[in-house]
Amino acid sequence: MDELVQRFLAGDRRALARVITRVENSTLEGRDYVRALFPHSGRAHIVGITGGAGSGKSTLTGALAAELRRREKTVAIIAVDPSSPFTHGALLGDRIRMQDVTMDPGVYMRSMAGRGALGGLAPAIADVVAVVDAFGFDYIIIETIGAGQDEVEIAGTAMTTVLVNNPGTGDDIQALKAGIIEIADILVVNKADHPGADILVSQLQALLALSPADQRRPPILKTIATRGEGLGPLADAIDEHRAYLESSGQLAAHREEDARHQLLAITQQLILEEIRKATPEAVIETLTERIASRQLDPHTAAEELAARVLPRP
Amino acid sequence: MSTATATGKIRVLIAKPGLDGHDRGAKVVARALRDGGCEVIYTGIRQTPEMIAEAALQEDVDVVGLSILSGAHLELFPRVVEELKKRGLDDVLLFCGGIIPEEDTEALQKLGFKAIFRPGTNTQDIVKFVYDNVKK
Repeated sequence: MDELVQRFLAGDRRALARVITRVENSTLEGRDYVRALFPHSGRAHIVGITGGAGSGKSTLTGALAAELRRREKTVAIIAVDPSSPFTHGALLGDRIRMQDVTMDPGVYMRSMAGRGALGGLAPAIADVVAVVDAFGFDYIIIETIGAGQDEVEIAGTAMTTVLVNNPGTGDDIQALKAGIIEIADILVVNKADHPGADILVSQLQALLALSPADQRRPPILKTIATRGEGLGPLADAIDEHRAYLESSGQLAAHREEDARHQLLAITQQLILEEIRKATPEAVIETLTERIASRQLDPHTAAEELAARVLPRP
Repeated sequence: MSTATATGKIRVLIAKPGLDGHDRGAKVVARALRDGGCEVIYTGIRQTPEMIAEAALQEDVDVVGLSILSGAHLELFPRVVEELKKRGLDDVLLFCGGIIPEEDTEALQKLGFKAIFRPGTNTQDIVKFVYDNVKK
Protein backbone atom coordinates (compact mmCIF):
# COMPACT_ATOMS: atom_id res chain seq x y z
CA MET A 1 0.00 0.00 0.00
CA ASP A 2 2.78 2.45 0.91
CA GLU A 3 4.31 2.21 -2.54
CA LEU A 4 1.01 3.06 -4.21
CA VAL A 5 0.46 5.99 -1.84
CA GLN A 6 3.92 7.29 -2.66
CA ARG A 7 3.27 7.07 -6.39
CA PHE A 8 -0.09 8.76 -5.81
CA LEU A 9 1.48 11.62 -3.92
CA ALA A 10 4.14 11.95 -6.63
CA GLY A 11 1.37 12.63 -9.13
CA ASP A 12 1.12 9.23 -10.88
CA ARG A 13 -2.31 9.11 -12.53
CA ARG A 14 -2.35 5.33 -12.68
CA ALA A 15 -1.87 5.24 -8.91
CA LEU A 16 -4.82 7.63 -8.58
CA ALA A 17 -6.97 5.33 -10.74
CA ARG A 18 -5.96 2.28 -8.70
CA VAL A 19 -6.61 3.97 -5.37
CA ILE A 20 -10.07 5.07 -6.52
CA THR A 21 -10.97 1.47 -7.39
CA ARG A 22 -9.96 0.26 -3.94
CA VAL A 23 -11.77 3.09 -2.21
CA GLU A 24 -14.84 2.60 -4.38
CA ASN A 25 -15.00 -1.06 -3.40
CA SER A 26 -15.12 -0.04 0.28
CA THR A 27 -12.68 -2.71 1.30
CA LEU A 28 -10.74 -2.46 4.55
CA GLU A 29 -7.73 -1.66 2.38
CA GLY A 30 -9.74 1.09 0.70
CA ARG A 31 -10.38 2.67 4.08
CA ASP A 32 -6.65 2.67 4.79
CA TYR A 33 -6.09 4.65 1.60
CA VAL A 34 -8.65 7.21 2.71
CA ARG A 35 -6.90 7.40 6.09
CA ALA A 36 -3.53 7.97 4.41
CA LEU A 37 -4.72 10.53 1.88
CA PHE A 38 -7.42 12.47 3.75
CA PRO A 39 -4.90 14.88 5.32
CA HIS A 40 -3.95 15.97 1.79
CA SER A 41 -7.54 16.77 0.81
CA GLY A 42 -9.62 19.90 1.31
CA ARG A 43 -8.15 22.11 -1.40
CA ALA A 44 -10.31 21.53 -4.47
CA HIS A 45 -13.50 23.39 -5.26
CA ILE A 46 -16.19 20.75 -5.66
CA VAL A 47 -18.88 21.45 -8.22
CA GLY A 48 -22.00 19.30 -8.64
CA ILE A 49 -23.79 19.14 -11.98
CA THR A 50 -27.28 17.71 -11.72
CA GLY A 51 -30.47 17.66 -13.78
CA GLY A 52 -32.73 15.31 -15.67
CA ALA A 53 -31.64 12.44 -17.91
CA GLY A 54 -30.76 13.87 -21.31
CA SER A 55 -30.57 17.47 -20.09
CA GLY A 56 -26.99 17.73 -21.34
CA LYS A 57 -25.10 17.25 -18.08
CA SER A 58 -22.25 15.25 -19.60
CA THR A 59 -21.75 17.61 -22.53
CA LEU A 60 -21.92 20.59 -20.17
CA THR A 61 -19.45 18.94 -17.79
CA GLY A 62 -16.98 18.31 -20.63
CA ALA A 63 -17.39 21.86 -21.93
CA LEU A 64 -16.98 23.32 -18.44
CA ALA A 65 -13.79 21.31 -17.93
CA ALA A 66 -12.48 22.69 -21.24
CA GLU A 67 -13.29 26.24 -20.10
CA LEU A 68 -11.50 25.70 -16.78
CA ARG A 69 -8.49 24.34 -18.66
CA ARG A 70 -8.40 27.51 -20.76
CA ARG A 71 -8.05 29.25 -17.40
CA GLU A 72 -5.12 26.94 -16.65
CA LYS A 73 -6.88 25.11 -13.86
CA THR A 74 -6.70 21.34 -13.40
CA VAL A 75 -9.95 19.40 -13.33
CA ALA A 76 -11.13 15.99 -12.19
CA ILE A 77 -14.50 14.73 -13.38
CA ILE A 78 -16.45 12.04 -11.55
CA ALA A 79 -19.45 11.02 -13.62
CA VAL A 80 -22.02 8.71 -12.06
CA ASP A 81 -24.34 6.50 -14.10
CA PRO A 82 -26.91 4.04 -12.73
CA SER A 83 -26.30 0.38 -11.84
CA SER A 84 -28.86 -2.27 -12.69
CA PRO A 85 -31.01 -3.06 -9.64
CA PHE A 86 -31.10 -6.68 -10.83
CA THR A 87 -27.67 -7.64 -12.15
CA HIS A 88 -25.69 -4.80 -10.46
CA GLY A 89 -23.99 -4.26 -13.81
CA ALA A 90 -23.75 -0.80 -15.34
CA LEU A 91 -23.13 0.86 -18.66
CA LEU A 92 -21.07 3.97 -18.11
CA GLY A 93 -21.27 6.20 -21.17
CA ASP A 94 -20.34 9.67 -19.99
CA ARG A 95 -16.88 9.69 -21.59
CA ILE A 96 -18.55 9.76 -25.02
CA ARG A 97 -19.58 13.40 -24.44
CA MET A 98 -16.24 14.47 -23.01
CA GLN A 99 -13.82 13.39 -25.74
CA ASP A 100 -12.35 16.86 -26.17
CA VAL A 101 -10.88 16.95 -22.68
CA THR A 102 -10.13 13.34 -21.81
CA MET A 103 -6.70 13.42 -23.50
CA ASP A 104 -5.67 16.58 -21.67
CA PRO A 105 -3.04 15.79 -19.02
CA GLY A 106 -4.67 18.44 -16.79
CA VAL A 107 -7.95 16.51 -16.74
CA TYR A 108 -8.75 13.21 -15.05
CA MET A 109 -12.10 11.65 -15.85
CA ARG A 110 -13.61 8.73 -13.99
CA SER A 111 -16.90 6.96 -14.52
CA MET A 112 -18.63 5.58 -11.43
CA ALA A 113 -21.59 3.26 -11.14
CA GLY A 114 -24.33 4.25 -8.70
CA ARG A 115 -24.28 0.79 -7.07
CA GLY A 116 -27.72 1.31 -5.61
CA ALA A 117 -27.11 4.55 -3.70
CA LEU A 118 -29.92 7.10 -3.59
CA GLY A 119 -29.69 10.70 -4.71
CA GLY A 120 -27.95 10.24 -8.06
CA LEU A 121 -24.60 9.52 -6.39
CA ALA A 122 -22.60 6.40 -5.49
CA PRO A 123 -22.13 4.85 -2.02
CA ALA A 124 -18.43 5.70 -1.85
CA ILE A 125 -18.69 9.16 -3.40
CA ALA A 126 -17.44 11.08 -0.34
CA ASP A 127 -14.36 8.87 0.00
CA VAL A 128 -13.64 8.98 -3.73
CA VAL A 129 -13.95 12.78 -3.75
CA ALA A 130 -11.56 12.97 -0.78
CA VAL A 131 -8.84 10.97 -2.52
CA VAL A 132 -9.30 12.78 -5.84
CA ASP A 133 -9.05 16.05 -3.91
CA ALA A 134 -5.86 14.80 -2.25
CA PHE A 135 -4.31 14.35 -5.70
CA GLY A 136 -4.35 18.12 -6.02
CA PHE A 137 -6.89 19.16 -8.65
CA ASP A 138 -8.16 22.74 -8.62
CA TYR A 139 -11.72 21.68 -9.42
CA ILE A 140 -13.64 18.44 -9.02
CA ILE A 141 -16.83 18.22 -11.07
CA ILE A 142 -19.30 15.56 -9.99
CA GLU A 143 -21.93 14.73 -12.56
CA THR A 144 -24.89 12.96 -10.99
CA ILE A 145 -27.12 10.29 -12.42
CA GLY A 146 -30.11 11.89 -14.16
CA ALA A 147 -32.07 13.46 -11.33
CA GLY A 148 -35.73 14.31 -11.14
CA GLN A 149 -37.39 16.33 -8.45
CA ASP A 150 -35.93 15.11 -5.20
CA GLU A 151 -32.31 14.01 -5.61
CA VAL A 152 -30.78 16.64 -3.36
CA GLU A 153 -27.84 14.68 -1.87
CA ILE A 154 -25.38 16.27 -4.29
CA ALA A 155 -25.66 19.55 -2.39
CA GLY A 156 -24.13 17.84 0.64
CA THR A 157 -21.01 16.78 -1.24
CA ALA A 158 -20.63 19.66 -3.69
CA MET A 159 -19.88 23.21 -2.61
CA THR A 160 -21.49 24.69 -5.72
CA THR A 161 -24.47 22.88 -7.19
CA VAL A 162 -25.43 23.59 -10.80
CA LEU A 163 -28.94 22.53 -11.81
CA VAL A 164 -29.34 21.95 -15.54
CA ASN A 165 -32.80 22.69 -16.97
CA ASN A 166 -34.10 22.45 -20.53
CA PRO A 167 -36.76 24.37 -22.40
CA GLY A 168 -40.05 22.62 -23.02
CA THR A 169 -40.02 20.33 -19.99
CA GLY A 170 -42.99 21.54 -17.97
CA ASP A 171 -44.88 24.64 -16.94
CA ASP A 172 -44.01 27.06 -14.17
CA ILE A 173 -45.79 24.95 -11.56
CA GLN A 174 -42.97 22.40 -11.89
CA ALA A 175 -40.53 25.09 -10.89
CA LEU A 176 -42.67 26.11 -7.90
CA LYS A 177 -42.47 22.68 -6.34
CA ALA A 178 -40.13 22.00 -3.48
CA GLY A 179 -37.09 19.77 -3.90
CA ILE A 180 -34.17 19.84 -6.24
CA ILE A 181 -34.61 23.43 -7.39
CA GLU A 182 -34.02 24.63 -3.83
CA ILE A 183 -30.48 23.25 -3.74
CA ALA A 184 -29.34 25.01 -6.93
CA ASP A 185 -26.61 27.60 -6.45
CA ILE A 186 -26.58 28.24 -10.19
CA LEU A 187 -29.42 27.55 -12.61
CA VAL A 188 -28.47 26.67 -16.16
CA VAL A 189 -30.90 26.63 -19.07
CA ASN A 190 -29.07 24.30 -21.44
CA LYS A 191 -30.07 23.70 -25.08
CA ALA A 192 -30.83 27.44 -25.09
CA ASP A 193 -31.16 27.35 -28.88
CA HIS A 194 -34.33 25.27 -28.51
CA PRO A 195 -37.73 26.98 -28.54
CA GLY A 196 -38.99 28.11 -25.15
CA ALA A 197 -35.60 28.92 -23.62
CA ASP A 198 -36.47 32.55 -22.93
CA ILE A 199 -39.84 31.56 -21.45
CA LEU A 200 -38.09 29.13 -19.10
CA VAL A 201 -35.60 31.83 -18.06
CA SER A 202 -38.41 34.26 -17.21
CA GLN A 203 -40.33 31.54 -15.34
CA LEU A 204 -37.25 30.78 -13.26
CA GLN A 205 -36.69 34.50 -12.66
CA ALA A 206 -40.28 34.91 -11.52
CA LEU A 207 -39.86 31.97 -9.18
CA LEU A 208 -36.67 33.34 -7.66
CA ALA A 209 -38.32 36.75 -7.20
CA LEU A 210 -40.61 35.08 -4.65
CA SER A 211 -37.66 34.19 -2.41
CA PRO A 212 -37.00 36.34 0.67
CA ALA A 213 -35.06 39.50 -0.20
CA ASP A 214 -32.12 38.65 2.09
CA GLN A 215 -31.58 35.27 0.42
CA ARG A 216 -28.97 34.80 -2.29
CA ARG A 217 -30.59 34.54 -5.73
CA PRO A 218 -28.94 31.90 -7.92
CA PRO A 219 -27.93 33.33 -11.28
CA ILE A 220 -29.75 31.94 -14.32
CA LEU A 221 -27.44 31.25 -17.26
CA LYS A 222 -28.17 30.13 -20.79
CA THR A 223 -25.81 27.58 -22.37
CA ILE A 224 -25.55 25.60 -25.57
CA ALA A 225 -23.11 22.99 -24.32
CA THR A 226 -22.74 21.19 -27.66
CA ARG A 227 -21.31 24.39 -29.14
CA GLY A 228 -19.45 25.46 -26.02
CA GLU A 229 -21.57 28.61 -25.69
CA GLY A 230 -22.15 30.23 -22.32
CA LEU A 231 -19.38 28.34 -20.52
CA GLY A 232 -17.30 31.42 -19.69
CA PRO A 233 -20.17 32.97 -17.71
CA LEU A 234 -20.80 29.60 -16.02
CA ALA A 235 -17.17 29.30 -14.89
CA ASP A 236 -17.34 32.91 -13.66
CA ALA A 237 -20.54 32.18 -11.73
CA ILE A 238 -18.92 29.15 -10.07
CA ASP A 239 -15.96 31.26 -8.94
CA GLU A 240 -18.29 34.03 -7.72
CA HIS A 241 -20.26 31.48 -5.73
CA ARG A 242 -17.05 30.15 -4.19
CA ALA A 243 -16.08 33.71 -3.18
CA TYR A 244 -19.55 34.21 -1.70
CA LEU A 245 -19.28 30.97 0.29
CA GLU A 246 -15.96 32.06 1.70
CA SER A 247 -16.94 35.63 2.57
CA SER A 248 -20.27 34.63 4.14
CA GLY A 249 -18.75 31.87 6.27
CA GLN A 250 -20.94 29.30 4.54
CA LEU A 251 -18.00 27.31 3.23
CA ALA A 252 -16.90 26.47 6.75
CA ALA A 253 -20.50 25.62 7.67
CA HIS A 254 -20.80 23.40 4.60
CA ARG A 255 -17.62 21.54 5.48
CA GLU A 256 -18.87 20.96 9.01
CA GLU A 257 -22.23 19.73 7.86
CA ASP A 258 -20.61 17.35 5.38
CA ALA A 259 -18.22 16.11 8.08
CA ARG A 260 -21.09 15.44 10.49
CA HIS A 261 -23.03 13.61 7.79
CA GLN A 262 -20.04 11.43 6.94
CA LEU A 263 -19.28 10.70 10.57
CA LEU A 264 -22.79 9.47 11.24
CA ALA A 265 -23.12 7.57 7.95
CA ILE A 266 -19.84 5.70 8.45
CA THR A 267 -20.66 4.94 12.07
CA GLN A 268 -24.00 3.49 11.01
CA GLN A 269 -22.19 1.36 8.43
CA LEU A 270 -19.66 0.12 11.00
CA ILE A 271 -22.39 -0.87 13.45
CA LEU A 272 -24.23 -2.73 10.72
CA GLU A 273 -21.03 -4.56 9.78
CA GLU A 274 -20.47 -5.54 13.44
CA ILE A 275 -24.00 -6.87 13.66
CA ARG A 276 -23.57 -8.90 10.49
CA LYS A 277 -20.28 -10.31 11.75
CA ALA A 278 -21.91 -11.32 15.05
CA THR A 279 -24.99 -12.82 13.43
CA PRO A 280 -25.31 -16.13 11.61
CA GLU A 281 -27.24 -15.72 8.36
CA ALA A 282 -29.89 -18.14 9.70
CA VAL A 283 -30.82 -15.69 12.47
CA ILE A 284 -31.47 -12.96 9.90
CA GLU A 285 -33.43 -15.44 7.79
CA THR A 286 -35.65 -16.42 10.73
CA LEU A 287 -36.35 -12.82 11.70
CA THR A 288 -37.09 -11.96 8.07
CA GLU A 289 -39.58 -14.80 7.80
CA ARG A 290 -41.30 -13.84 11.05
CA ILE A 291 -41.72 -10.25 9.84
CA ALA A 292 -42.96 -11.34 6.42
CA SER A 293 -45.53 -13.66 8.00
CA ARG A 294 -46.60 -10.91 10.44
CA GLN A 295 -45.55 -12.82 13.57
CA LEU A 296 -43.15 -10.03 14.47
CA ASP A 297 -43.01 -6.32 13.70
CA PRO A 298 -39.86 -4.95 12.02
CA HIS A 299 -38.95 -2.63 14.92
CA THR A 300 -38.87 -5.40 17.52
CA ALA A 301 -36.94 -7.63 15.13
CA ALA A 302 -34.35 -4.93 14.44
CA GLU A 303 -33.94 -4.29 18.19
CA GLU A 304 -33.33 -7.99 18.67
CA LEU A 305 -30.66 -7.94 15.98
CA ALA A 306 -29.01 -4.76 17.27
CA ALA A 307 -28.93 -6.21 20.78
CA ARG A 308 -26.40 -8.76 19.57
CA VAL A 309 -23.73 -6.05 19.68
CA LEU A 310 -25.31 -3.11 21.50
CA PRO A 311 -26.20 -3.01 25.18
CA ARG A 312 -29.97 -2.92 25.70
CA PRO A 313 -31.15 0.58 26.57
CA MET B 1 -27.33 -3.17 -0.73
CA SER B 2 -26.15 -6.65 -1.37
CA THR B 3 -22.64 -7.82 -2.06
CA ALA B 4 -22.33 -5.47 -5.02
CA THR B 5 -20.99 -2.68 -2.85
CA ALA B 6 -18.70 -4.84 -0.77
CA THR B 7 -16.89 -6.66 -3.53
CA GLY B 8 -15.09 -5.38 -6.56
CA LYS B 9 -17.01 -5.31 -9.81
CA ILE B 10 -15.24 -6.25 -13.01
CA ARG B 11 -14.63 -3.06 -15.00
CA VAL B 12 -14.52 -3.42 -18.77
CA LEU B 13 -13.68 -0.86 -21.45
CA ILE B 14 -15.37 -1.50 -24.78
CA ALA B 15 -13.73 0.63 -27.45
CA LYS B 16 -13.83 1.09 -31.18
CA PRO B 17 -10.57 2.19 -32.77
CA GLY B 18 -10.50 3.67 -36.24
CA LEU B 19 -13.11 5.01 -38.57
CA ASP B 20 -15.98 2.49 -38.34
CA GLY B 21 -19.22 4.41 -38.69
CA HIS B 22 -21.50 2.10 -36.73
CA ASP B 23 -21.16 0.35 -33.45
CA ARG B 24 -24.10 -2.03 -33.13
CA GLY B 25 -21.84 -4.99 -32.31
CA ALA B 26 -19.89 -3.09 -29.66
CA LYS B 27 -23.13 -1.94 -28.04
CA VAL B 28 -24.54 -5.48 -28.00
CA VAL B 29 -21.38 -6.71 -26.27
CA ALA B 30 -21.43 -3.80 -23.81
CA ARG B 31 -25.05 -4.54 -22.99
CA ALA B 32 -24.39 -8.27 -22.53
CA LEU B 33 -21.53 -7.56 -20.11
CA ARG B 34 -23.71 -5.06 -18.23
CA ASP B 35 -26.38 -7.73 -17.90
CA GLY B 36 -23.64 -10.11 -16.79
CA GLY B 37 -22.95 -7.80 -13.84
CA CYS B 38 -19.89 -5.94 -15.12
CA GLU B 39 -19.36 -2.19 -15.03
CA VAL B 40 -18.84 -1.36 -18.68
CA ILE B 41 -17.30 1.87 -19.90
CA TYR B 42 -18.27 2.57 -23.46
CA THR B 43 -16.52 5.40 -25.27
CA GLY B 44 -18.23 5.50 -28.67
CA ILE B 45 -16.83 5.37 -32.19
CA ARG B 46 -13.66 6.82 -33.76
CA GLN B 47 -11.24 6.33 -30.88
CA THR B 48 -7.52 6.70 -31.37
CA PRO B 49 -5.18 4.15 -29.74
CA GLU B 50 -4.07 6.91 -27.35
CA MET B 51 -7.66 7.67 -26.32
CA ILE B 52 -8.35 3.99 -25.66
CA ALA B 53 -5.24 3.50 -23.55
CA GLU B 54 -5.83 6.72 -21.64
CA ALA B 55 -9.45 5.71 -20.91
CA ALA B 56 -8.24 2.28 -19.73
CA LEU B 57 -5.78 3.98 -17.38
CA GLN B 58 -8.16 6.58 -15.96
CA GLU B 59 -10.99 4.11 -15.52
CA ASP B 60 -8.68 1.42 -14.04
CA VAL B 61 -10.33 -1.33 -16.05
CA ASP B 62 -9.60 -5.04 -15.73
CA VAL B 63 -10.52 -5.78 -19.34
CA VAL B 64 -10.27 -4.00 -22.70
CA GLY B 65 -12.43 -5.24 -25.56
CA LEU B 66 -11.79 -3.81 -29.02
CA SER B 67 -14.35 -3.92 -31.80
CA ILE B 68 -13.51 -3.34 -35.44
CA LEU B 69 -15.18 -3.77 -38.81
CA SER B 70 -12.94 -1.83 -41.18
CA GLY B 71 -10.18 -4.38 -41.66
CA ALA B 72 -7.56 -2.13 -40.07
CA HIS B 73 -7.10 -4.34 -37.00
CA LEU B 74 -3.50 -5.28 -37.80
CA GLU B 75 -2.77 -1.57 -38.17
CA LEU B 76 -4.59 -0.32 -35.10
CA PHE B 77 -4.52 -3.10 -32.51
CA PRO B 78 -0.70 -3.19 -32.19
CA ARG B 79 -0.79 0.55 -31.58
CA VAL B 80 -3.43 0.16 -28.86
CA VAL B 81 -1.32 -2.54 -27.20
CA GLU B 82 1.75 -0.33 -27.46
CA GLU B 83 -0.07 2.63 -25.88
CA LEU B 84 -1.35 0.42 -23.08
CA LYS B 85 2.18 -0.85 -22.38
CA LYS B 86 3.56 2.66 -22.48
CA ARG B 87 1.22 3.45 -19.59
CA GLY B 88 2.18 0.34 -17.64
CA LEU B 89 -1.13 -1.40 -18.36
CA ASP B 90 0.36 -4.76 -19.26
CA ASP B 91 -1.85 -6.82 -16.94
CA VAL B 92 -5.15 -5.90 -18.59
CA LEU B 93 -7.13 -8.75 -20.15
CA LEU B 94 -7.51 -8.12 -23.90
CA PHE B 95 -10.12 -9.44 -26.28
CA CYS B 96 -11.40 -8.31 -29.64
CA GLY B 97 -14.24 -8.86 -32.00
CA GLY B 98 -15.73 -7.91 -35.35
CA ILE B 99 -14.77 -8.66 -38.91
CA ILE B 100 -11.43 -10.38 -38.38
CA PRO B 101 -10.21 -13.05 -40.83
CA GLU B 102 -9.15 -16.43 -39.42
CA GLU B 103 -5.65 -16.03 -40.81
CA ASP B 104 -5.03 -13.06 -38.51
CA THR B 105 -5.78 -15.07 -35.37
CA GLU B 106 -2.18 -15.98 -34.63
CA ALA B 107 -0.90 -12.44 -35.07
CA LEU B 108 -3.52 -11.11 -32.65
CA GLN B 109 -2.83 -13.86 -30.11
CA LYS B 110 0.84 -12.92 -30.22
CA LEU B 111 -0.15 -9.34 -29.46
CA GLY B 112 -1.85 -10.56 -26.31
CA PHE B 113 -5.49 -10.91 -27.33
CA LYS B 114 -6.87 -13.82 -25.29
CA ALA B 115 -9.97 -14.24 -27.45
CA ILE B 116 -11.40 -13.16 -30.78
CA PHE B 117 -15.17 -13.08 -31.11
CA ARG B 118 -16.54 -13.09 -34.63
CA PRO B 119 -20.08 -12.51 -35.94
CA GLY B 120 -22.44 -15.19 -34.66
CA THR B 121 -20.79 -15.45 -31.23
CA ASN B 122 -23.19 -16.08 -28.37
CA THR B 123 -22.87 -13.06 -26.08
CA GLN B 124 -22.99 -15.38 -23.06
CA ASP B 125 -19.68 -16.85 -24.24
CA ILE B 126 -18.14 -13.38 -24.03
CA VAL B 127 -19.48 -12.86 -20.51
CA LYS B 128 -18.17 -16.29 -19.48
CA PHE B 129 -14.78 -15.53 -21.04
CA VAL B 130 -14.49 -12.33 -19.01
CA TYR B 131 -15.44 -13.97 -15.71
CA ASP B 132 -13.15 -16.95 -16.36
CA ASN B 133 -10.12 -14.84 -17.18
CA VAL B 134 -10.17 -11.79 -14.93
CA LYS B 135 -7.87 -12.17 -11.95
CA LYS B 136 -9.86 -10.82 -9.02
